[in-house]
Amino acid sequence: MRRLGSREDLERLREEALSKSPKRFISLGMGTASRAHGAEAVYEALKEELAKRHLGIPVKATGDHGLCGYAPVMVVFPEGILYHSVKPADVPDVLEAIDKGEVLEKLLYTDPITSETYIYEKDIPFYKKQMRLVMGLMESVEPLSIDDYLCNGGFSALAKAMFDMGPQAIIQEVITSGLRGRGGAGFMTGWKWEDAASRSSPVKYIVCNGDEGDPGAYMDRCLLEGLPFEVLEGMIIGAFAVGAHQGFVYVRKEYPLATQNVQAAIEVLRELGLLGEDILGSGFDFDIQVVRGGGAFVCGESSALIASIEGRVGEPRSKHVHATESGLWGRPTVLNNVETLANVPHIVNKGGEWFASIGTKESKGTKVFSLAGDIYNTGLVEVPMGITLREVVYDIGGGIQGGKAFKAVQTGGPSGGCLPESQLDLPVDFDTLTEAGSMMGSGGMIVMDEHTCMVDVARYFVKFLTEESCGKCVPCREGLKHMLEILDRITQGEGTMEDLELLEDLGYVISNASLCGLGKSAPNPVLSTLRYFREEYVEHVRDKKCRAGVCKALVKYEIVPENCNGCHVCFKECPEGAISGEPKGVHVIDQQKCIKCGICRDVCKFDAVRVV
Amino acid sequence: MVKLPDTPEYNKVKEFVSQFRGDKGSLIKVLHFSQGVFGYLPPEVIKYIAQELGVTPSYVYGVLSFYNFFRTEPIGKYEIRVCLGTACHVKGGKDILDTLCHRLGVRKGGTTKDGMFTVNTVRCLGACGLAPVMMVGEEVYGRLSPQRAWNIVKGYYQEEAGSEVEGSG
Ligand SMILES: Cc1cc2nc3c(=O)[nH]c(=O)nc-3n(C[C@H](O)[C@H](O)[C@H](O)COP(=O)(O)O)c2cc1C
Ligand code: SF4
Ligand code: FES
Repeated sequence: MRRLGSREDLERLREEALSKSPKRFISLGMGTASRAHGAEAVYEALKEELAKRHLGIPVKATGDHGLCGYAPVMVVFPEGILYHSVKPADVPDVLEAIDKGEVLEKLLYTDPITSETYIYEKDIPFYKKQMRLVMGLMESVEPLSIDDYLCNGGFSALAKAMFDMGPQAIIQEVITSGLRGRGGAGFMTGWKWEDAASRSSPVKYIVCNGDEGDPGAYMDRCLLEGLPFEVLEGMIIGAFAVGAHQGFVYVRKEYPLATQNVQAAIEVLRELGLLGEDILGSGFDFDIQVVRGGGAFVCGESSALIASIEGRVGEPRSKHVHATESGLWGRPTVLNNVETLANVPHIVNKGGEWFASIGTKESKGTKVFSLAGDIYNTGLVEVPMGITLREVVYDIGGGIQGGKAFKAVQTGGPSGGCLPESQLDLPVDFDTLTEAGSMMGSGGMIVMDEHTCMVDVARYFVKFLTEESCGKCVPCREGLKHMLEILDRITQGEGTMEDLELLEDLGYVISNASLCGLGKSAPNPVLSTLRYFREEYVEHVRDKKCRAGVCKALVKYEIVPENCNGCHVCFKECPEGAISGEPKGVHVIDQQKCIKCGICRDVCKFDAVRVV
Repeated sequence: MVKLPDTPEYNKVKEFVSQFRGDKGSLIKVLHFSQGVFGYLPPEVIKYIAQELGVTPSYVYGVLSFYNFFRTEPIGKYEIRVCLGTACHVKGGKDILDTLCHRLGVRKGGTTKDGMFTVNTVRCLGACGLAPVMMVGEEVYGRLSPQRAWNIVKGYYQEEAGSEVEGSG
């Protein structure tokens, strides 16, 4: 690879790449989510079969396309035909169809509710209401192919920023765009940059936060895996704007593929001279290092993350001094989330005004959510701000599976809350979600049906946060532990009505007296469920009942005699020997011995085991 | 002075650490590397790292115990990682964990007596559409029920020629 010494060199490389770029190709999602569904075997099969048939169709192994619940997903370009749940054995048929210019019916997407079948990706309801901006190139760019990225306008924003705009104009454009941080807090990115740029220190840093601690979200991982060049381009532009010469990408330790791809992408950029000294002959020097996290949720918090990069225990500190003034090793430091940075090249290319035209008054642009839970279409979705939760859950997500009733949608992960049906028409917007008692957060969105116990969900998050609290300050460390004890009591059927008030009081103290965002937002899952699902708490306390059948202490497993035909399977499978009965006779569960593992219900083919 | 034996593994660690002598800011990087070599952090390695980076062993312990990625005990032949991310929790991930722990006779984080399995948890593998999910080694298994999860684990025992299935029902 040759080093690019100027903007003209970059454009020449782009021309070359464009002249080689194929119109017909197969895009196969190969991010971690797709691999979990067996995409690697499909990729191998494709390669093999293509060689066998002497078909010269390139296969792009890209990041996850988004429709992760139906992975492995492939799209045949230029038509945009989408095949899902592809198995290696399907590959010959797929290639046969492509070769003949036909469509392979059996792998097309069929809407689970309307039963309508779709040929083209763009027509599928899951994609129709999305607005793919930062995820827009996911399917046409191989993560480490600089040619692919250049063919799709890659690094034109960097050239424009460095040669046509200059630091001040970039910052002004980002301010105009109204871009707010996608890491959770929603701080105006332009202001942060402006502050850092105004510092006179000769040494400044920029950090990309890829710690992604929300245990139900993976959009940052997908971006780092699938479009590392886009994130890095945003980061280089940011560094140029604030005058930083060293950057760090902090990647969560559970993300080996993301770490690998970002690292490899950095190497490519160094070889091309898009990182290192005198980038594109502009005189600007900048380089990036990858730092791996150690697996602590609190390290996603800015001051803890900085401590962690410095090799210390990741404890937050109080924020009377901002990182933009004194961050890494005491130097001005800009810290931005992965998705925030991925928006930057688009803003530079298309302008702040354009970006600001998308979304609501206070929340601009799009947001990527990791949509999961009891809906038909799970995966990553990118939607314009201002879309309603209902549209996301029903139009994009396809609604609740198996005809069950909707109960709640959880956003914001451990810092957020659960919203009921009555709040579904709220627009997705930083401030609206906060007012409703939840949070935009970094992008987890879990839809829950009637079989979910809201007390248990609250307990789940509090337990998570108790384990992840760094322990530096008392309200968070002790307060959360106490909240967990109370929630344990309630789910065990030993709670009292006073406990509910105690939870609210504790929540108030913890959110007001904690040092960092972890503690400050920790009571949200409890307070929001108390606000919208209080009757479920009351049932647990007063009636010793868990209507969802989740809280083990409040339910028991029983065999319904009418349905039991004595197949004897549960007898054989029960690990505790708690089931008695002769083959062909009615079976009974010994409640004394039963550990409520649910295996009998799993194995019974006659729906004879009930949770009551 | 802590000296490490002269084996290929220890030498890898020695070579890596030598780049960072006296630089305690590199501690996490060095710990990642060393755990990559041994699968865990043996006590002599911890002492060695402390000495080379110029900090006390207790400082090293303080840092490594803060980050839950680091281990000071060896792990089994296969690591089972049950996903307890939000989506998997809601779909019964805890039941999978409880069943496996119960049947294998270990607690979360523990290793079976025969050294076959270590049972751990993980948060969101990004396969939420398949929830509840677990990984055994590098394999991902989805749409689990407690029964299916246990059958999968039993399958690993059956693959190990001649080994007895412990606690099977
Ligand atoms: C407990 C805690 C965890 C956080 N985790 C993350 C995270 O995983 N990723 C992230 O980008 N921001 C996280 N944040 C927010 C960061 O502190 C910071 O606001 C953000 O990275 C700034 O970038 P942005 O302005 O681009 O969003 C977390 C904050 C807290 C308090
Ligand atoms: S609020 Fe919790 S996590 Fe944050 S500094 Fe205090 S103890 Fe640590
Ligand atoms: S929560 Fe288990 S895979 Fe996402």
